[in-house]
Amino acid sequence: MQRIGVFVCHCGTNIAATVDVKAVAEALSHESGVVISQEYQYMCSEAGQNLIKDSIKEYGLTGVVVCSCSPRMHENTFRKAAAAAGLNPYLVEIANIREQCSWIHKDIATATEKAIILGKAAIAKVHLNAPLTAGESPVAKRALVIGGGIAGIQTALDIAEAGFEVDIVEKEATIGGKMAQIDKTFPTLDCAACILTPKMVEASQNELITIHSYSEVSAVKGFVGNFTVTIKKKTRFVDETKCTGCGLCTEACPMKKVPNAFNLGLDNRSAIYIPFAQAVPKVATIDPNYCLKLKGGTVKEKVCGKCAAACTVGAINYHQQDEYIEQKYGAIIVATGFNPIKLDKYDEFAYNQCPDVVTSLELERLMNAAGPNGGTLLRPSDKTHPHKIVFVQCVGSRCDDSKGKPYCSKICCMYTAKHAMLIREKYPDTEVYVFYIDVRTPGKNFDEFYRRAVEQYNVHYIKGMVGKVTPKADGTIDVQASDLLSNEQLHIDADMVVLATAIEPDKTARPLATMLTTQMDTNDFFTEAHAKLRPVESATAGIFLSGACQGPKDIPETVAQASAAASKAIGLLVKNSITCNPCVAHSNELMCNGCSACEKVCPYGAITYQDKEFRMPDRTTAIRRVASVNPAVCQGCGACTVACPSGAMDLNGFSNSQIMAEVDAICK
Amino acid sequence: MNNNLKEQVLRSSGVNVLKCMRCGKCSGTCPSYDEMEYHPHQFVYMVEKGDIETLMNSKSIYKCLTCFACVDRCPRNVEPAKVVEAVRLAAIRKQGNNHLIADSIPEMLDEDLPQQAIVTAFRKYTK
Amino acid sequence: MNTFTYYPGCTLRTKAKDLDTYARSSAEALGITLEEPENWQCCGGAYTTAKDEIATKLSAVRTLNAAKEAGRPLVTVCSACHNVIKQTNYDISKDEEMAAKVNNYLKLDEPYTGETTVYHYLEMLRDVVGFDNLKKQVVNPFKGKKIAAYYGCLLLRPSKALAMDDPENPTIIEDFIKAIGGTPVIYAQRNECCGGYITMEDKAQASKRSSKVMDSAKEQGADMIITACPLCLYNLKKNSGSDLPVYYFTELLAEALGLKEANNE
Repeated sequence: MQRIGVFVCHCGTNIAATVDVKAVAEALSHESGVVISQEYQYMCSEAGQNLIKDSIKEYGLTGVVVCSCSPRMHENTFRKAAAAAGLNPYLVEIANIREQCSWIHKDIATATEKAIILGKAAIAKVHLNAPLTAGESPVAKRALVIGGGIAGIQTALDIAEAGFEVDIVEKEATIGGKMAQIDKTFPTLDCAACILTPKMVEASQNELITIHSYSEVSAVKGFVGNFTVTIKKKTRFVDETKCTGCGLCTEACPMKKVPNAFNLGLDNRSAIYIPFAQAVPKVATIDPNYCLKLKGGTVKEKVCGKCAAACTVGAINYHQQDEYIEQKYGAIIVATGFNPIKLDKYDEFAYNQCPDVVTSLELERLMNAAGPNGGTLLRPSDKTHPHKIVFVQCVGSRCDDSKGKPYCSKICCMYTAKHAMLIREKYPDTEVYVFYIDVRTPGKNFDEFYRRAVEQYNVHYIKGMVGKVTPKADGTIDVQASDLLSNEQLHIDADMVVLATAIEPDKTARPLATMLTTQMDTNDFFTEAHAKLRPVESATAGIFLSGACQGPKDIPETVAQASAAASKAIGLLVKNSITCNPCVAHSNELMCNGCSACEKVCPYGAITYQDKEFRMPDRTTAIRRVASVNPAVCQGCGACTVACPSGAMDLNGFSNSQIMAEVDAICK
Repeated sequence: MNNNLKEQVLRSSGVNVLKCMRCGKCSGTCPSYDEMEYHPHQFVYMVEKGDIETLMNSKSIYKCLTCFACVDRCPRNVEPAKVVEAVRLAAIRKQGNNHLIADSIPEMLDEDLPQQAIVTAFRKYTK
Repeated sequence: MNTFTYYPGCTLRTKAKDLDTYARSSAEALGITLEEPENWQCCGGAYTTAKDEIATKLSAVRTLNAAKEAGRPLVTVCSACHNVIKQTNYDISKDEEMAAKVNNYLKLDEPYTGETTVYHYLEMLRDVVGFDNLKKQVVNPFKGKKIAAYYGCLLLRPSKALAMDDPENPTIIEDFIKAIGGTPVIYAQRNECCGGYITMEDKAQASKRSSKVMDSAKEQGADMIITACPLCLYNLKKNSGSDLPVYYFTELLAEALGLKEANNE
C-alpha cells in the first residue's frame, strides 16, 4: 500500500491569490494512498523542505507530490530534500499549479478546481513511480568553440587558461571576425586591431588551442560530455603547414579584380589572398570562384599557375581536396556572431543606387588605415573628401515583423556617436548630421560619450527619420527627412549617407542549431536556458552561448559573456564524469516487432537494432530483430515511445501507464 | 478629446495608432509635407489623443496624394495614409461639406486632363 | 493561345487612347487575346482604404467577378485601375466583413471573395509572355536609347496588395526596357508621386512633384521617360516644365514590335 504525502505551496501570493490552497490540500487528502496533505507558504524554503523531510520520516512516505511551480524551477530542490530523508528522489512528482494554473487564471473557483485536478493527476502518477538510480558517463576533456570572432577567441583563451584543450572552428580564412574589421572601439576610442590582434596571436600560439580556419562543423553526434563532431576543412588549395604567409603568390596572381570581402567589396584583391596583414593563420587561400586556373575559362587561363611558380616553399596545391576530421568534445560553445542585414528592402535610402550611401561597417573600413583609402575618408564614388555626412539610425531595426527586425540592434547608437566624433575630430570642416528616433546609451560611460559628440564636437543630432534619399547629378545626395522637434521637413545636400544597419545572426546559425538540437528564437538568435539566471547556457546540456549569436551585443558585453560561457564549460570539463538522467527509454524485447520506427525518430542516435535469439513454444528458438537503447546516449525525450506502434518502447519515469493514469485522473 | 470621433476614425481606417514609435519617417517621406498644416505623424498622434476635429477642419486632409509612401515605408506598419483618409471621410460625409462641387469642374479642365483626374478628385473630395 | 479578360478603364477610351490601342495590337502580335467584359464601369480612379466604404468598391468587384465568371485572369494597363482593382481584390480576400457587405449589395450568383488573378499588362509581359520571349520578337530595338522607367506610386504601393515588384527596388519596367533593346536609367524619384489628382486644385504642388521626378530622371541621363498611367503622363508633360519626352510604355512596345511608327518628339 502506498503512503503518499501531498504538499501544496502558496508561493507567497503567486499561487495563493488565485488558488484556494487550503481547499486544494483538503481535497487531495481524500485521494487514495494519501496519508498527509498540507499547505505551506514557501515549500522551497528551508522550513518547507524540512516539512517534507520530516513527513517522509514520520509517516514513512513512499511517494511525494508537491503542488507548486514548474518542475523546471524546483523539481531538483524537492528531489534532493526527499533523498536527504532517505526516499528515492524519483518518487517525487510536481504538480505545476503556478505557471500552468494560478498565473493564467483570474477566477479563484476555476483555478482551485484546476489545481485539484492537476494534484490528482500527479498522485495517480506517483502511485506508479518506481525508484530510479542515475548512472554516470565520462566527460571528454576538450572543448569546441564554433566561431573565431572576439567571442570565440576569448572563450577559447579562458578555457585553455584553465588547462583544457580547445579547438576553434572558423568558417573564414582567418579568425578575428567583425572586430577585425572595426576601426576604433567605443567608448574609449582605442584601435580595435591593437587590442584584438594580440589576442589572435595568443590563441594561435597557445599549445592547448587548435584553430581550424576555413572550416565548418558538418555533423554533431552524442550528448553532454561526449560529443563527436565532424569538422570539414574546406580546401584552400594551399598547404597550411608549408605556407609562410610571405605574400609572393598574391603579388604574382594575375586576377586582381576580386571584390575584397574583408573591405566589404570597397576595393579589390587577388584570387589568391591573405585576408589582412595580421590574419591568423597567416596563410594564403585560393578563391576557386575567381582563380583563372581553377575556374578554367580559356586554354591560356587554365595553364596560369603563376602563384605556384612564385611560391618558394611549394605550398600551392591545385588538387587539394576538402578534408574531414572527427573529434570528441565534452563541451561545445557557440560563437557564430552576427552580420549586418541586406539593404535591398530599404532602397528609399538609395543604398543600391549610390556608392556614397554606405553601411556603418563599410564606413569602418573607409576610415581604417588598412582600408581601401589608407585611412583617409574619401567618397567611394569619386574619391573626394566629403564635407557633409548624414547618419541614419535604426535602418531595419525596431520594425514591425513585416518590415524588418523587431529588436533594437543595440550597438548602433554608440558606434554612430563614435563615427560622428571621429570624423569631426579628423575633419573639422565636415558637417555631421545624425537622424535618430531615440538615442539609447545604457552602458558605463556611454551617455557621457554621446553627449561629448553633441557638446564638444558639435554633431547635429536631429530627432526624426530620413524618408527619401535622392542621388543628384552633381554628385551630392538629397536627403529628405523630418525634424520632429521643429516640425519641418528638411532637405540636406549631403556628400555621404551612412546607414546604421540592423544586425542579424549569421546565416550558419540556423543549420547549426539543428545539428546541436538547441533552441532559437524567431529571429534566429540562440535561446538561453533561462533569460535571467542561465544566460550563457543553452537548454541543451553541454552547449554554451558566447557573444552576439545569443542577441545583439557590443564588444565589452560580448567579452564578458564569452568568459562566462568559458567558465560554465570549464565547470563541466573539470568533472571526470557526470550524472546521467535515469529517465531514459528502454525496449520490451518481447513486444518489439523490429520496425525501426524508434530508430528513425531518435534525435540522439541512441537506438540500435540487433538480432537476438528468443525461445519459442515447443522448445524451438527464433532469431528476431529487436531495438535496444544505449542509456548513456538517450536523453529521455520520449519520441521513440510515441513512434513505437507495438508499445514496446517505454520511458523510465514517464511510462505509458503513468501517463495514462494521469489522463484518467484528469478526465475522471 | 472626442471619443466617438476617435472610435469612428480608428474603425474606419483599421489602423492601430498605438503601433507608432514616433520616428517621423512618414513625415520624412511625405511628398505633400510642405503643403500640409498637420503632417502624417501628427495625424497618427492626434488621432491617438482624440484630437480629430482639428484635423477635420484643416486643409491638410485634402493635400494627401494617397501615394502610400508612408504606408510602405513605415517601419511599424502603422499605415498613416489610411488615418488621413478616415479623417477626410469623417469631414466630407457631413452634409454640405463636399470639398469639390460639380459646377467648379469646367474651369479646372484643359484639353489634355484625363478623366482619371476628375473621378479621382471626386472620390477624394466628395460624398 | 492565352486569353485574358481586359479592363481598359475610362481614360483609355478618351485621353489615353495610345495606351490602349498599342496594348491591344501588341498583345495580339504576342499571341494574347484580350477580351473586354460587357458593360464595365469606371473603377473610381482611387481606392478608398476605409473599411466602412463599401459602395465605392463595388464597380471594381463587378469587374473582378466578370473575369471570374469568364474563368480568366484579369489584365489591366492603366496604373490607377490596376491599383484600385488589386487593392479591392486583396481586401475582399482578407477582410471577411467587407466581403460579406459587398456580396450583400451585389447579390451575385456566387459570392465573390477574391478568386480572380489580376495582372498588370507589364506583369503579363513578364510572367506570361516572358521578357526573353518578347526580346526575340523585337524588330525595332531601342538601341542606345537611355530610357527611364517611371513607376509612380500606383504600380507598386501598397506593396502588400499590389505584390507586383519590390516597392523600393523595382525591376519590372527596367527589364521591359532591356527586352525592347533600350538601356534603363535608374533614378531615385522613379517611385515617388507625380502629384496625381492634386493638379485639379493645386497646380503649384503638381508642378513641384512632377518636376522633381523629371529632373531626377534627366540628371541621370535619360533620353525619355515611360509610364503606364495617363495622369502621370499628364502631370509629367504639362506640369513639370521639363522637355524630356514622356511616353506610354505600350507605345514603345508597339514600336519595338514593328506595329507603330517611331515617335518624333
